[in-house]
Amino acid sequence: MGTFSYFPHTEEDISSMLERIGVSSLDDLYSDVPPEFIHKADYDLPDAMSEQEVRDFFASLDKKDIKLKVFAGAGAYDHYTPAVVPYLTSRSEFSTAYTPYQAEISQGTLRYIFEYQTMMCRLTGMDVSNASLYDGPTAAAEAMKMSLACTKKKTRVLVSETLLPNVLKTIRTYAKFHEVELGAIPAEDGQTSLGALKAELAKGDVAGVVVPAVNRYGIIEDLTGFAEAVHEEKGIVIEYCDPSALAVVKTPGEWGFDIAVGDGQSLGIPLNFGGPYVGFMTCRSEYVRKMPGRIVGETVDGEGRRCYCLTLQAREQHIRREKATSNICSNESLMALYVTIYMAVMGPEGLREVNNLSYGGAHYLHDELLKTGKFEEVFTRPFLKEFVLKPLIPAEKLQSKLLDAGIFGALQTEEGYVSFAVTEKRSKADIDELVKAVKEA
Amino acid sequence: MRYYDKLIFELSRKGRTAFTLPRNPYGAASLPDKLSRKSSLDLPEVSEVDVVRHYTNLSQMNFGVDTGFYPLGSCTMKYNPKINEEVASMPGFMALHPLQPASTVQGALEVIWNLGKSLAEITGMSRFTFGPCAGAHGELTGLMIMRQYHMKRGDLARTKVIVPDSAHGTNPASAAVCGLQVVVVKSNERGLVDVEDLKPLLGPDVAGIMMTNPNTLGLFEREIKEIAALVHGCGGLLYYDGANMNPLLGIVRPGDMGFDIMHLNLHKTFSTPHGGGGPGSGPVGVRKGLEAYLPVPKVVRKEDGSFDVVRDDEDSAGEVSGFLGNFGIILRAYAYVLMLGKQNLRRAGQLATLNANYIKESLKDAYKLPIPSVCKHEFVFDGLIDNGERKDAQGNVIRQGARTLDVAKRLLDFGFHAPTIYFPLLFHEALMIEPTETESKETIDAFIDVMHKIAKEAEEDPAKLSGAPHSTPISRPDETRAAREPKLKYE
Repeated sequence: MGTFSYFPHTEEDISSMLERIGVSSLDDLYSDVPPEFIHKADYDLPDAMSEQEVRDFFASLDKKDIKLKVFAGAGAYDHYTPAVVPYLTSRSEFSTAYTPYQAEISQGTLRYIFEYQTMMCRLTGMDVSNASLYDGPTAAAEAMKMSLACTKKKTRVLVSETLLPNVLKTIRTYAKFHEVELGAIPAEDGQTSLGALKAELAKGDVAGVVVPAVNRYGIIEDLTGFAEAVHEEKGIVIEYCDPSALAVVKTPGEWGFDIAVGDGQSLGIPLNFGGPYVGFMTCRSEYVRKMPGRIVGETVDGEGRRCYCLTLQAREQHIRREKATSNICSNESLMALYVTIYMAVMGPEGLREVNNLSYGGAHYLHDELLKTGKFEEVFTRPFLKEFVLKPLIPAEKLQSKLLDAGIFGALQTEEGYVSFAVTEKRSKADIDELVKAVKEA
Repeated sequence: MRYYDKLIFELSRKGRTAFTLPRNPYGAASLPDKLSRKSSLDLPEVSEVDVVRHYTNLSQMNFGVDTGFYPLGSCTMKYNPKINEEVASMPGFMALHPLQPASTVQGALEVIWNLGKSLAEITGMSRFTFGPCAGAHGELTGLMIMRQYHMKRGDLARTKVIVPDSAHGTNPASAAVCGLQVVVVKSNERGLVDVEDLKPLLGPDVAGIMMTNPNTLGLFEREIKEIAALVHGCGGLLYYDGANMNPLLGIVRPGDMGFDIMHLNLHKTFSTPHGGGGPGSGPVGVRKGLEAYLPVPKVVRKEDGSFDVVRDDEDSAGEVSGFLGNFGIILRAYAYVLMLGKQNLRRAGQLATLNANYIKESLKDAYKLPIPSVCKHEFVFDGLIDNGERKDAQGNVIRQGARTLDVAKRLLDFGFHAPTIYFPLLFHEALMIEPTETESKETIDAFIDVMHKIAKEAEEDPAKLSGAPHSTPISRPDETRAAREPKLKYE
């Protein structure tokens, strides 16, 4: 066998190393494995390719995907990524490092996580942030568990039915196996019902309540009275939010909530067919010791210089094992860097303008679509960049007509509506194109 | 590496911007007052060049696999090939929305399907799912599948899961998140699961056992056949923690050893970068007969050869993450599988094992080797022999030696990352070394020389160790202060 580019060993290296070990062949290193478990047959795998062949192969696969202008959201938003973000994030000092266990040679990672934590606190109006979780839906599931840990003797968690479908489903999976009783808060005219929430709270067993800030219909929920109602019953109130939207939408901190979770994807992370994204969690300081995931803190080194390290680790699995606040170990650190650099680039003005453009485009599209006569309005509540309409022609026909025009939109919802999302990446001309295709449908 | 003392917030000047956006034809968003953000949004206001210099400076205080040798035990810090990065950044893949109709994402679905097939072949499993975003997430998903299997059979009494005392910390933590009670099985004096200790733990309340093989001491659990028979005999399933799969690549398949469910860490065994803690990917595989319990959404191949996504399935454990998993990581891992091909797979496992045994044999004269048998991809020293202490003729310690922490910190001065320390918990001074197959003999020899030098320093000049590191951007951080007076954001 010839050499392979990722393996530096020459045949001489191998023989001299075997000699030091005191065995005569590589196979001898497996003498502790019962022979019946040594796989003797050929593996049914592809033949090794050259790098050029690999590149061409993936390019050919990529060609099979149809490139579309995305007018869909449902938890994944096509916002613009400034060039410096992937450029800096791909520096291998960041990307090829492990979790920053050795703080002395990991100040780069530790410092950006500290910046990330600060930015997420400022965006959500909360006191503390962890270093990231997998994605929004799993962050919501972690928050559900956390609410039980923060409230002794309470057993039930309420989830709003206006949460995104994949958030609800992930929470349900975690709840089923973690043996958490879930209750649903129904929607009333496209918004979580405060009356229904109060009725459930009155039963006295509610540990946590999860509601969205901007919900599955794109509606900005009016959460007046929610925190007060939940706190009166000594529960924890959790907001699921789109962090990009928080530049303009009232924050979980301002609503008086205890925990904020969501997906950082809307902060400039490409759609990537669903991942990697980044889950975030921020909370009030009194709950920090119940928080899942890594946390970075500031301290000083031996010479008194400002520096950073992983802290409050007594919460974590490598110390506490089955008593840990969560099983999470690897998180989405590099994607946290991605959104940190994104927020540094955009700043407060940029992030607000992203919302202005998305809001403006979405409302323009909404009004133009209604004018076609092929939709009925479902809700009249305020929305941000995503909305649903009731189609008066079959949704499949609508979607396929859009696909013919190179557009992905009119995502069908469980309720029989179709949803559209608009970001700053979609120009007015793009929107006109969509409307034109709808008119022809 | 040099010390750089800025946070991005300290570069901020009101009125500076680093963004450009299209002209706004619509005007500002007009949200109802009561739904609008009132508090100021205090994000940095910096120029583009500020951003670039700042994060470049930060990166220069970091050590990655591209910087140097990273023998972090149980983390498999192998080289991250650059073609992987190129493939994952192909603009077409990056622009796909996860809910696009299957007919428009046939290429992406083919990637997921093909990688699943290759992983199934490599591990002896039947089907893989890619929903889990990391190893611990894979463990949790695997345990959910285990419980779902028992529940669907109406076998509701199985509430316990057996975990060896040498297991990764995520194993018991994942079990707890999955609503299972953890029962610990001891290791014997050979560092392997004690079969006699296991037997009385088995019964109708056992959902299964979680094992990694080789275990965290790098030792092959050679009694796995008997263990599998015992656990299956009591109606339980075997879960394989794939964090230690690397030395078995192309040589041994977990499915053949009797494991029913397993995860792989694509960010370990399949060469994708660790990203300073993530993103990873923890695909879960199951043996024949358990496929129905895999999470949704699942990628399927239809009779006509095209691919589809199944979003609901009655027997499925449910959804474990937002979409189809970390697709960007899946692309990288698949590129790695294609580069290796069937021709190089076995060599990866063998060389990982060769490198580990070579270091073990070369350093056991200076470091305490508690279990002197052939290892697989990694092994554990229990600190320095005699901790580098010097004793007088009566056996009194006349000079304190050095602890594992000191050895680890001193290594940083020589341009090496430290091994994993104080894990596994079976030894007080554990020093867990995993070199991987991508390190050359020269690199490893240099590491061995430095480890010998440090052992000598421990005897002759222990202060050099206790004060280490001396040449890094910062010296040891005051961790006690960080925890006692938590400062978790910039103010």
